[in-house]
Amino acid sequence: MSIASVKTWSVPVLVLAVLGLAAIALPFVVSSYRTFQCTLVMIYAIALLGLNILTGYSGQISLGHGAFYAMGAYCTAILMDKLGVPYWATVPLAGAFCLVVGFLFGLPALRLEGLYLALATFALGVAMPQLLKYKALEGWTGGVQGIVILKPEAPAFFPKIGLPLDPDQWLYFFTLGSTAVMFILGRNLLRGRVGRALIAIRDQHIAAEAMGVNNALYKSAAFGVSAMYTGVAGALGAIAVQFVAPDSFTIFLSIMLLVGIVIGGLASISGALYGALFIQFVPNIADEVSKAAPWAIFGVFMIVFVYLMPTGVAGAARLLLARAGKKAQNPSAFPREESP
Amino acid sequence: MIRLSVAVLSLALAVPVAHAQKKYDPGASDTEIRIGNTNPYSGPASAYGTIGKSIAAYFRMVNDQGGVNGRKINFISYDDGYSPPKTVEMVRKLVEQDQVLFVFQTLGTPSNTAIHKYMNAKKVPQLHVATGATKWNDPKNYPWTMGWQPNYQTEGQVYARHILQTKPDAKIGILYQNDDYGKDYVKGLKDGLGDKAKSMIVAEVSYEVSEPTVDSQIVQLQGSGANVFFNVTTPKFAAQAIRKAYDIGWKPVQYLNNVSISVGSVLTPAGLEKSVGLITTAYHKDATDQRWADDPAMKQWHAYMKKYYPEGNLTDSFNVYGYTVAATVHQVLKQAGNELTHENIMRQAASMKDFRVDTLLPKITITTSKDDYAPIEAVQLQRFNGKQWELFGDVMTGGH
Repeated sequence: MSIASVKTWSVPVLVLAVLGLAAIALPFVVSSYRTFQCTLVMIYAIALLGLNILTGYSGQISLGHGAFYAMGAYCTAILMDKLGVPYWATVPLAGAFCLVVGFLFGLPALRLEGLYLALATFALGVAMPQLLKYKALEGWTGGVQGIVILKPEAPAFFPKIGLPLDPDQWLYFFTLGSTAVMFILGRNLLRGRVGRALIAIRDQHIAAEAMGVNNALYKSAAFGVSAMYTGVAGALGAIAVQFVAPDSFTIFLSIMLLVGIVIGGLASISGALYGALFIQFVPNIADEVSKAAPWAIFGVFMIVFVYLMPTGVAGAARLLLARAGKKAQNPSAFPREESP
Repeated sequence: MIRLSVAVLSLALAVPVAHAQKKYDPGASDTEIRIGNTNPYSGPASAYGTIGKSIAAYFRMVNDQGGVNGRKINFISYDDGYSPPKTVEMVRKLVEQDQVLFVFQTLGTPSNTAIHKYMNAKKVPQLHVATGATKWNDPKNYPWTMGWQPNYQTEGQVYARHILQTKPDAKIGILYQNDDYGKDYVKGLKDGLGDKAKSMIVAEVSYEVSEPTVDSQIVQLQGSGANVFFNVTTPKFAAQAIRKAYDIGWKPVQYLNNVSISVGSVLTPAGLEKSVGLITTAYHKDATDQRWADDPAMKQWHAYMKKYYPEGNLTDSFNVYGYTVAATVHQVLKQAGNELTHENIMRQAASMKDFRVDTLLPKITITTSKDDYAPIEAVQLQRFNGKQWELFGDVMTGGH
């Protein structure tokens, strides 16, 4: 093992360890409102990772991922409210439901290329709020009125070991754990065979087919997995906000998710986190700058980001790391991530 | 002598006690009162955003006049884009970060539903919410939440009373939007009709917001032989319904819900000549109504608009609404005096007796009690004359 390779592994591991410790300490130092906001950031990050699997890695544009977010949220709300399922059990169930729906939606939709797929998913995103108000489903969805769900308390185990957590802190840790699991799964999936196959399909689908990659299957699977991630995020989002209603999941949510992955960095795992920070905090900043035209300010932010960091925040971070690496005269030592 | 000195002593003690009566919860101090609000300044419902702006303008005026009991109002308003999750986030920011004394005029039924439990768990007042749903008047289960405008059921009851008075042999056809807003109105009408509801209502049809038109529903209602039409629709569908009824020669007595009374965006597209005779309700003065041209209250409103909200639209009734509701909470703060606690704010809001804001229609007053969280319960009927709405009859309240 060369010195260079030791460094390759130890630097990211060190960074991850520091980040992990900071994430665990966070809810004990900031207010419960900030804790709640950070919970939302992680939830968005999971959703963005899901969309990135589809758009960033396998090159298919979805303008309707808000619909899967809504499905996940409603799964959780209905399971908790109508069937009394405990909140933690609803998250994997919501993910599984979205996996199946996403895969099935993917089968016919994936015969559509590029912009046509974008339109098909757009239709799904636009239709979702109205479907949720549909009369026949009202008994389950609560119609326009939505469903109010109860906030989960921390398990009784924590106070016993002298660590009383308030509901916001507990929800934060619950989400943190879910996020860690989803990101590790995502990393293993995307850095391995499957990830390479998806990238091959994105870059040159005929060549991929010639290499023995089953295009249709991989594309549908990517759609399903992507929907699953977004559904898990939706489920966590419903628990955090304690309320679901059709108006929570308009087409705007889908668009924001797309904005998030582009700003964060396409085909980058860490990009999901940057994108989540962007879509969570920049609208608030914009609102503070101007009440009259908050979205104009938001637009300015977006243009600045896209101009200064054309490959997303993740791309810019990679570039900075590379420069720092060159200065250390160890050009082979910095970690490589797939670029779009 | 001892007695006297005891008296003097107790007097001496009483003075600092009187001073100490100033009681504050987070959000209030000797110099400031912080009030929180969310409004859709962006998104599909951004037409309502002007309400938040007119309220902010009202408090600028109050501050220029020296504030309330010497304290300046700090009105903190955030954009929620009419999205319930955003409302939750922003209201948590207001309560936990900005530490407002109470939340006021948060707008929208779904948005307020999303924060309903939270506000009541936190025991921070959710005052005068901007929605007409009936559930905000539930002091037993939700003692920290209060509505303001007449609710949809009250309005439905008023129409029912008018029908019973003027057309006891009415055959009523109802068109309503299939959601809780529409159902609230229908329930109000049925409650108002009482036992007669079953025999008088001959047809009840609904539509989904997703439907392109309500033409077929109107034809269906005409076929039922109804001679009274209760039109519970939002602006786009209201215009379609009025036009279609006229075009197919159906001439019932038409009651139009207050939601869609805008002359500009409903009656003009429907056709002003086709709208003659429509009956609806109102509770505050209309900015375009010539009758109020010389009204001192509306003159004052114009002066306020000119000085504090010059970019606001003078024909937009939402700006009268914002001014009126802000004046109501102004009164609550005046009454609360130096005891600016969550509890006292709620107590004062729930003990208004015949309070009047002069931009309300004459004779409409605000009365609340600890069992009655519905501030405005009276409305007045008005009829469209082809040009503008004309008030008629007396002020009416709900009830059977």
